[in-house]
Amino acid sequence: MYGSTNLSEEDAKRMNSTVEDPEKLEAFESRIARGEKIEPQDWMPIEYRKQLIRMIEQHAHSEIVGALPEGTWITRAPNFRRKLALIAKVQDEIGHGQLLYSAAETLGKTREEMLNDLLNGKSKYSNVFNYPAKTWADIAVIGFLVDGAAIVNQVINSKGSYGPYCRALERICYEESFHLKQGHDNVVYLATGTKHQRAILQDAINRWYVPLLHFFGPPDKLSAHSEKLMKWKVKLASNDDMRNQFLDQYVPKIWELDITFPDPNLKKNNDGIWEFSDPDWNEFKRVINGAGPCNAERIAVRKFAEEAGRWVRAALMNPTEKYVAPLA
Amino acid sequence: MSNALKDLLFKMADDALIIGHRNSEWTGIGPMLEEDLAFSSMAQDKIGHAQALYKILNDVLGEADADTLAFKREEKNFKCCQLVEQPIGEYDFSIVRQFLFDHAELIRYDMLTQSSFQPLAQLAKKVKGEIKYHVMHADTFVKLLGNGTEESKARLQTSLNYAWHLALGIFEKSEFENDLISENIFAGEEELKKRWLQKIIPIIEAASLKIPATDESKIVYGGRKGFHSEYLKPLLDEMCEVVRSDEATAEW
Repeated sequence: MYGSTNLSEEDAKRMNSTVEDPEKLEAFESRIARGEKIEPQDWMPIEYRKQLIRMIEQHAHSEIVGALPEGTWITRAPNFRRKLALIAKVQDEIGHGQLLYSAAETLGKTREEMLNDLLNGKSKYSNVFNYPAKTWADIAVIGFLVDGAAIVNQVINSKGSYGPYCRALERICYEESFHLKQGHDNVVYLATGTKHQRAILQDAINRWYVPLLHFFGPPDKLSAHSEKLMKWKVKLASNDDMRNQFLDQYVPKIWELDITFPDPNLKKNNDGIWEFSDPDWNEFKRVINGAGPCNAERIAVRKFAEEAGRWVRAALMNPTEKYVAPLA
Repeated sequence: MSNALKDLLFKMADDALIIGHRNSEWTGIGPMLEEDLAFSSMAQDKIGHAQALYKILNDVLGEADADTLAFKREEKNFKCCQLVEQPIGEYDFSIVRQFLFDHAELIRYDMLTQSSFQPLAQLAKKVKGEIKYHVMHADTFVKLLGNGTEESKARLQTSLNYAWHLALGIFEKSEFENDLISENIFAGEEELKKRWLQKIIPIIEAASLKIPATDESKIVYGGRKGFHSEYLKPLLDEMCEVVRSDEATAEW
């Protein structure tokens, strides 16, 4: 019901083939090398299309699932300023999801198909949203550090080759930078507050440290590195580079507040590279495969929303009244 | 006169805060992303209206600051009507409640633009412009769903029947009613109710729904005098959970 996609008949037929026309492929690759953006109607290799759908779809799912742990604290935010900021922030995340589903639809998969794949487990979302937000301090840490990590990733990806995704990301990054400010403000209030406030902040940082390291994916030495995706500007930086950039930007800001990370080996070397204890990558795999602390709960909530809203969507598909007067 | 003004401002602010809180509960679980966004927007507006009204109470009438009034007041001192306290239920109830409540809000603020109490008249001009969009949202969905499928029509009718006597409780009069009218502060609940019925009845008909029969004895009064449904206390406990978790001087 959410609109149509842009897949031409010819492209739809090609989706199951693996053979590419070498001339078209070469022209495509030289466009990317020249820094041009690829647009929905342009020729593109099947693998490029598939990788981008997978990536944008995962990103969209992460936005709408990511709204859930924070959403549970909207009703408990402790004053007007925080309550209004948190609703606006979570609303932004949903809005990002909407933008990204639209960007992915330009590649030939409908929002409905994507949401179905989220619910049946075929497509993933970021691991970091499978951890619980236990206290108000988690909201501060998510707003500052999880959004901070996301920005590192998104700023880099906004330099990619697919036009609709880049444009969506530029707008998203602009909004995320406000999230970061409210997250930082929240962290600072807790860090400079009462004994209880400092204690819940430290506890939250302790719990979010490993999920944050996991956020950027397995270390380069373990992850299959795709030269082709780099050449096509689908992937623009390695996991380790992004992780290092994140640590470099955010660890000092937490240390500044006299709050620690639960890792005695965390330090910056003279060459600018951060060192840290290798987090448990088996846990990363377990969580990806559905065994994280909140995977079942997150999907259950999405399923509930999909099912409870079905009658509404069905009714909107079938209006007998021709209600076309402009709203404003 | 200040008691009459306080009573009016508290009931309006409390209505806005509690319905805003309820609307915010849709964030993340709406029937489609567009409705999550709509209910979030309306929640922000409503909570903002509450804050602005409490601020008048604080600035002009000597009450505590907005955060204290919202987050540190006992349930029995809240003056909201019981309609806004109800849980969000399913989407049909939320949209019907929004329809019934926001039409009353729009007319109330429209009337208040003429108020002799300037701080409220000024605020009303601004708020009116925002609520206009809430009403458009409600009208659109009530008409689409009322004329949609058999299921959507039945659901809307059921929710309308359920919400009707709760909605009539919006217009519960206070002991200061005559003062407010004679001082030209507010033209009164009776007048508001009259205009509200004139406005909503044609829309309900356009949505192919039946106007529920009004039984005076079933109108849910009490909220304006501090008697609330069983839903308000848990809502406030949740809203104040973080504030109460630490010493009173903690800043958040």
